[in-house]
Amino acid sequence: MLSFILRRLAVAIPTMLILIVISFVLMFAAPGGPFNTDRPLPPEVLANIEARYGLDQPYFVQMATYVWKVVTQFDFGPSFKYRDQTVNDIIRSGFPVTLVYGFWSFIVAVVVGVSLGVVAALKQNTWIDYLAVGVTVGAQVLPNFVMAPLLVLVFTLWLGWLPGGGWNGGQWQYLVMPVIALSTSYMASIARIMRSSMLETLNAGFIRTARAKGLPMRRILWRHAMKPASLPMISYLGPAFVYMITGSVIIDVYFSTGGIGQYFVNSALSRDYSVIMGITILVGALTIGFNLLVDILYAWIDPKIRL
Amino acid sequence: MTFSTLLKASTAATLIAWAGFATAAEVNLAAGEKLAADQTFTYRILDQITTMDPGMAEDVSSGEVIRDLFEGLYNQDGDGNVVPGVALSHTVSEDGLTYTFTLRPEAVWSNGDPVVAADFVYGWQRAASPALASPYSWYISLMGVENADAVIAGEMPPEALGIKAIDDHTLEVKITTPKPYFPQMVTMYTTFPVNRAVVEANPDSWTEPGKLVGNGAYVLTENIPAERSVRERNPLYWDNANTVIEKVVTLVINDENQALTRYLAGELDKTEIPTGQYPRLLGEYPTEAVSFPLLCSYYYNVNMTETGNPALQDVRVRQALSLAIDRDILVNNVLAGGQVPSYSLTHWATAGFEVPTIEAAGMTQEERNAKAKELMAEAGFGEGGEPLTVDILYNTSDAHKTLAVAISQMWKQTLGVETTLANQEWQTFLDARGSQAYQLARAGWCGDYNEASTFLDIMSTASGYNDSKYSNPEYDALMEQAQTAADPAPLYEQAEQILATDLPLIPVYHYASVFMLNDQIRDWPVGNVQQNTYSKDIYKVEAE
Amino acid sequence: MLVSKASAAAVANAADRAQTEGRSLWKDARIRFFRNRAATLAFYVLIGISLFAIFGSYIAAWDNETIDWPLMGNVAELGGPSFENGHYFGVDDLGRDLFARTVQGTRISLMVGIIGAIIAVVVGTLYGATSGYYGGRVDSLMMRTVDILMAVPFMFVLILLLVIFGQSILMIFVGIGLISWLDMARIARGQTLTIKNKEFVEAAVATGVRPMKIITRHIVPNLAGIVIVYSTLLIPSMIITESFISFLGLGVQEPDTSLGALISQGASQMQYGVIWQLLFPLFFFVLTLFAFFFVGDGLRDALDPKDR
Repeated sequence: MLSFILRRLAVAIPTMLILIVISFVLMFAAPGGPFNTDRPLPPEVLANIEARYGLDQPYFVQMATYVWKVVTQFDFGPSFKYRDQTVNDIIRSGFPVTLVYGFWSFIVAVVVGVSLGVVAALKQNTWIDYLAVGVTVGAQVLPNFVMAPLLVLVFTLWLGWLPGGGWNGGQWQYLVMPVIALSTSYMASIARIMRSSMLETLNAGFIRTARAKGLPMRRILWRHAMKPASLPMISYLGPAFVYMITGSVIIDVYFSTGGIGQYFVNSALSRDYSVIMGITILVGALTIGFNLLVDILYAWIDPKIRL
Repeated sequence: MTFSTLLKASTAATLIAWAGFATAAEVNLAAGEKLAADQTFTYRILDQITTMDPGMAEDVSSGEVIRDLFEGLYNQDGDGNVVPGVALSHTVSEDGLTYTFTLRPEAVWSNGDPVVAADFVYGWQRAASPALASPYSWYISLMGVENADAVIAGEMPPEALGIKAIDDHTLEVKITTPKPYFPQMVTMYTTFPVNRAVVEANPDSWTEPGKLVGNGAYVLTENIPAERSVRERNPLYWDNANTVIEKVVTLVINDENQALTRYLAGELDKTEIPTGQYPRLLGEYPTEAVSFPLLCSYYYNVNMTETGNPALQDVRVRQALSLAIDRDILVNNVLAGGQVPSYSLTHWATAGFEVPTIEAAGMTQEERNAKAKELMAEAGFGEGGEPLTVDILYNTSDAHKTLAVAISQMWKQTLGVETTLANQEWQTFLDARGSQAYQLARAGWCGDYNEASTFLDIMSTASGYNDSKYSNPEYDALMEQAQTAADPAPLYEQAEQILATDLPLIPVYHYASVFMLNDQIRDWPVGNVQQNTYSKDIYKVEAE
Repeated sequence: MLVSKASAAAVANAADRAQTEGRSLWKDARIRFFRNRAATLAFYVLIGISLFAIFGSYIAAWDNETIDWPLMGNVAELGGPSFENGHYFGVDDLGRDLFARTVQGTRISLMVGIIGAIIAVVVGTLYGATSGYYGGRVDSLMMRTVDILMAVPFMFVLILLLVIFGQSILMIFVGIGLISWLDMARIARGQTLTIKNKEFVEAAVATGVRPMKIITRHIVPNLAGIVIVYSTLLIPSMIITESFISFLGLGVQEPDTSLGALISQGASQMQYGVIWQLLFPLFFFVLTLFAFFFVGDGLRDALDPKDR
């Protein structure tokens, strides 16, 4: 197991390098640049700016300098658009926010999703099943960008219970709506995957045997069915968690939480190269980390899998 | 005061002083009103503030903050007139090229240092220097400060810039051509003073709360970039006695509809009104929905180069397309926020500018449509002629989309011209428009200063902003002449007439500021068409 | 018809398995599917929606781009649903017929969802199954590739694709499909890891069946259940992704539209008294997705040979 983890970590380094190269290539291939504005800058002014940020160097030199700074000083460079900030500043202020509401959304999604899925599977083809399926499908089909303004309309404008947005250091009032809006669709996916795999597991031979032996359902569920049934869900959770963080653009847009999600789209649209790179590396590292975690969980649950 | 009289005054080397404006922020409470106990002003901004460094700033939101944190030579009052800031007055030399400003002795930085002429010298040199590489360094060159271009190009050291401190409270600026509106230009944040010691102590982080030292009416106390920033009264500000608002909060809210909901829930004092919602909000909240002119023009660039649509090189086609746009419908039914239909480029509210009488403006829409069909037929296109398809390029935005769709339908129904709508994200759009990879492209221009040349200059051949690549020697000559003319107004009118005939751009409308403003907020500068706002000039009264 | 293509593919898988397992699973599955009332109903709803999308424009009184000028500017008062002026679903914020636009938007959304899902499922399943089956270095290499691709900011790739190749519906299909196969690949691989240790695979290996054949004949069919459930999750998420792209302004070009674009427009106006602009597109959106989910569930139950 340990050697497996070490091997995977060793592979992570070239992975990150390839990722950086791909991103650089894509970035420079895109039209426009970070200093294009409605009013084109005079060439001398543009030359000064490019010299200051090293953009006048050949692409290869820029890339090498960048990687060198990241590796040796953990310095992701200054933001080209938000001049007062470095990419480190942006990640330092935005990432904890996303992490907090992402984490709570994840917990809510998993707990509610798994419960709904299991209950629906156990009561297959009863009204409970239909209700659970109906609720999850309903939660999934309502797009984020309908739910978010609706939540604000109801809880802020009509009821006056919750603030309409902001973060304020993550007080619970500011967390409620982002967590609801972010977790519902993932919750629904988890519930559906769980229901499906639980049904499959319950029909498997060893569960039938256990049932035939007259073991109580609760015991069968927890001792035997839960582990194998959650395998497909665990596959889903790795990417889902990363998506919760990167796909939180709509949450940041509608609830003004100040998270990292918005930079994902903004930096690409404004060609803020250093922010694009910083976020890419962050998401890359998260993806690799969570996939590793998923694989370890897999091995732990199903010892037959050879790592 | 118009600019021509200013010019005459300045060539006569008269001392200009504003005895009457000394205290701009006097509170004029109506009978029965009293100041609110909580003097906090909270407003929405679209995106986080890009910078609080006056030398670096380039956008509206940064400008609003910087005008509160710093103060330049002159400020603007509620009508956009120039009033004393750090400078009390100035004199101009006989040739109009040397300005000598007298600074107020009582002005201090928020750390207690006196504000001296050298702080301005440093601020200007820094803004122009290649080392800072400010995207707004061109502004120093636009002002015509001596050696600005050479300094920006790195051919001369920043110290060569035509600005020097005669003594602590006397500042001398040399410019290359007489500029009657020069005093207007020094209200811009790029020309604000910067405290050298503070900047040099922390070159990369001096704008953080606690480190930032300004000379404005407020100090920065909190800044969470993507969420909020807070600035509070600066007790050391020279006019602190007349400052009423204690605390100004900006909240970043990307979505304007969300911002409006939160405004209605009482979380904000000011937010923009989404396109088309002004009439309804005015009906429901007559004391809160406000609209007044904003110094920006909206138009469509026509690509006049060979990469453009060949049919659009025919002036009759351009005229027909322009005539067939029913601007009244666009302004009344689509935008519906007090915008004004336009047939010429320069915004109607520009100081000292009279909107010229354009023929098309005087017609009814039926007459325009009839004329448009006629012109189209002459050119051999449209109904009965060759079919014509034009492309409209616009950047992603609901408002631009709505206008483009409406205009395309007008052309289709009146002229039988088919339109392809191409919506591109901002950077791609800029690239396409800047490299003339378009046929018709949406554009907007906001005045850098309140004078007609800020609009008209963009269509001269040498302008870097001339995305139509329009070139007309007659037009260039007019703009050249206007720079030194005693009264440029007739020249501007001629220039507008040329544009209205040639139509290298199709004017659509003149902007208005349309927003919800808490009716407890008083003295908002609705007469300031550039919306150069100063929080120190507004105040909040008790709710009734 | 596009809708039945996805199910046809699934059924084909099942048929394939039926051959290997030597009983008429295909027929069984059909009977079982139609015994499930919810799934049957959903199936007919899908057919109905497809008919609406294809033939709706013939019963519309207006086309999707013509502006009804007198209504423009007074949409909140005059633009509601009405049979008198032919705007059965009312008009949008510009005065264009919402019925015609909903029909056309449904068409685009169905296409994006289904074509995107087909790309994702085909590529993802084959890739994941291959990776999981071979294991070792091949697996490691293939999954690291997925990791790298997943870590590339997907909005940026899409923006880039749309920018370099022009904003078109085809690029949206390809872009969305290319991004979504990654999840599918991971899930397929995870399942393959469990399946490949099963007796029937080991038996096939022992008898010298070639690896590619084992993958397509033994592994992939056994992934069918999870793949179908996942693709029914995928189609809605494709449609939602498309709407997000429209929300960013990179979607279909005007005057064309999609359900997502219509909903996004309607949602932004929800408190402005034009609620029909949200409700009609949302109704078709919700109905479509509900139907896909129930059909997917029905197929899963029907195709599971261990069931009953």
